[in-house]
Amino acid sequence: MTARMFLPMDAAAVAVGADDVAAALLAAAPDITLVRTGSRGLFWLEPLLEVETPEGRIGYGPVSAADVPEILAGGANSLRLGLVERLPFLRRQTRLTFSRCGVVDPRSLDDFRAHGGFVGLARALSLGPAGTVDEVAASGLRGRGGAGFPTGIKWKTVAGTVAPQKYIVCNADEGDSGTFSDRMIMEGDPFALIEGMTIAGFSVGATKGYIYIRSEYPHAIAAFADAVRIARAAGYLGANVMDGGFAFDIEVRVGAGAYVCGEETALLDSIEGKRGQVRPKPPLPAHEGLFGKPTVINNVISLATVPTILANGAAAYKDLGMGRSRGTMPIQLAGNVRFGGLFETAFGVTLGELVEDIGGGTSTGRLVRAVQVGGPLGAYFPPALFDTPFDYEAFAARDGLIGHGGIVVFDDRVDMLAQARFAMEFCAIESCGKCTPCRIGSTRGVEVLDRIRRGEKSDANRAVLADLCNTMKFGSLCALGGFTPYPVMSALTHFPEDFAPPPRVAAE
Amino acid sequence: MSQGHPPEIWSAARGEQVLAPHATTEGGLLPALHDLQAAFGFIPDEAVRMLAQVFNLSRAEVHGVVTFYHDFRREPAGRHVVKLCQAEACQAMGSRDLAAHAGAHLGVALGGTTGDGRVTLEPIYCLGLCATAPSAMIDGRVLGRVTPARLDAALEALA
Repeated sequence: MTARMFLPMDAAAVAVGADDVAAALLAAAPDITLVRTGSRGLFWLEPLLEVETPEGRIGYGPVSAADVPEILAGGANSLRLGLVERLPFLRRQTRLTFSRCGVVDPRSLDDFRAHGGFVGLARALSLGPAGTVDEVAASGLRGRGGAGFPTGIKWKTVAGTVAPQKYIVCNADEGDSGTFSDRMIMEGDPFALIEGMTIAGFSVGATKGYIYIRSEYPHAIAAFADAVRIARAAGYLGANVMDGGFAFDIEVRVGAGAYVCGEETALLDSIEGKRGQVRPKPPLPAHEGLFGKPTVINNVISLATVPTILANGAAAYKDLGMGRSRGTMPIQLAGNVRFGGLFETAFGVTLGELVEDIGGGTSTGRLVRAVQVGGPLGAYFPPALFDTPFDYEAFAARDGLIGHGGIVVFDDRVDMLAQARFAMEFCAIESCGKCTPCRIGSTRGVEVLDRIRRGEKSDANRAVLADLCNTMKFGSLCALGGFTPYPVMSALTHFPEDFAPPPRVAAE
Repeated sequence: MSQGHPPEIWSAARGEQVLAPHATTEGGLLPALHDLQAAFGFIPDEAVRMLAQVFNLSRAEVHGVVTFYHDFRREPAGRHVVKLCQAEACQAMGSRDLAAHAGAHLGVALGGTTGDGRVTLEPIYCLGLCATAPSAMIDGRVLGRVTPARLDAALEALA
């Protein structure tokens, strides 16, 4: 039997034993062709093994090495999931950015081309630089890193700047807990990101791109660096990209464990070899960015989405979504959730649908008490706010943010004062130290929360906490100090019972 | 990044060799530091002096960069490095209890190294394995859905 099988080598699949499964498969059936893919993002089923059949790819999961003989013998019915494409979690999605992730061999250009790769770049070349920028602007794409700034406007600014050298910088410092979409793309479909960065370079006249990948992602670093070498060898990067008469190349830089380097100006300083400290704006990076040159800095998902926008047209993308949030968002369900994974869908789906329906509630089977949306700087929402649609403005209207699209689910055992304290503690650990509200405020915040925990002047200290949060929110230089108040104040507002004084021990 | 091989002993000649490819790179200090740490396991004082000279910076500036980033060590770590994710998604799945368990098992707090120099136990803030939480990284190898029993087995297996 020379069957073709597919097994992810996504870091999360490897973390739950995918490499052991691969070794067992190849030992038991050396004739099979085993393709190591990215993950489809159905993590409760990882390691998810797929076997090619005339009807399509049949899934088995979660598979352990011990299950391999039975699967090869055609058994293992308890693990058999049927056709993977028909699994409800996948069927309900609108996969544009993630259409290839988990499907193709991330190191195969043939696979990439066979699944629509480089169609977007070819269209960009036919539109020309200005036409490409207009197309991206018309799609309504907003920065997927969290800030939601219109990508087309950023590109237009850099395109309109005259300079001997411009740069494309890809922000792959995905530090928010509960998010892994950047990691999945870099591991599962890196050529899409290379294509997106190349289109950006072509549009604004930048010949050099940097990608800054966090050191916590060794698998993504390896996969992306391989993809860059492969693309360069095939003429998709270099002095004459796709014989289109323009030059573009990419250099991989690795972070060093500083969360704040996900902030764009801190990231630029870090690439320059400095402490990753935030720069005051203006000047904007679009005018004076990396090494003082005009720079487009975009998140991984923003850039990886550009090829599909160009391939299918701006209108097709813009037709999806709600309000000013156009297109799709790869939403990541994480933490204590039954069906954790990546769910790409048009904006507008409600938080409740995502958590209870798609996510299936908690993995512990207990009640959901809180969800944190948008990473460590995002607000905690109680089930009472589950009617909030996934949309930049709708979350902002309820003092929250969608950030990079991560949702972390907590069950009814969560201590919200502890979560608020962690938010302040994390800010204190990660503060770059440049501005006082963040550097000092975070440490004072931990102390105030400890006083509230001990029941010291409870009302007065809660007022101090609110005042401190106000100072941090409006006085900090960047989102680290400026948004840490979101998790803190949302915990205090929506879960006040966790901040009440401890019951007094009866005196005598 | 990983601690798969034992670090080399510092020598100026070897240090220069490691630094050489980065000397002319724009913003080459971070890549240089990564390679130095990969070779020697930490950033020795002599390396800081050498970096200052190569990149035409003051020693204070190099020190400022080295100490800014959590990844860079000024002292050697234990023979094995165990990183336990302590960020929110893992917290929701019991990472605080897991850290306490590991600390009790090894007899060190987060951030400490066992007395015999065998294991350094550290927190890490997010490995991007948030849907298979809690997660850990042991000598560069990732682990998901970590239970106390699974962690104990992994710790016992370390030489």
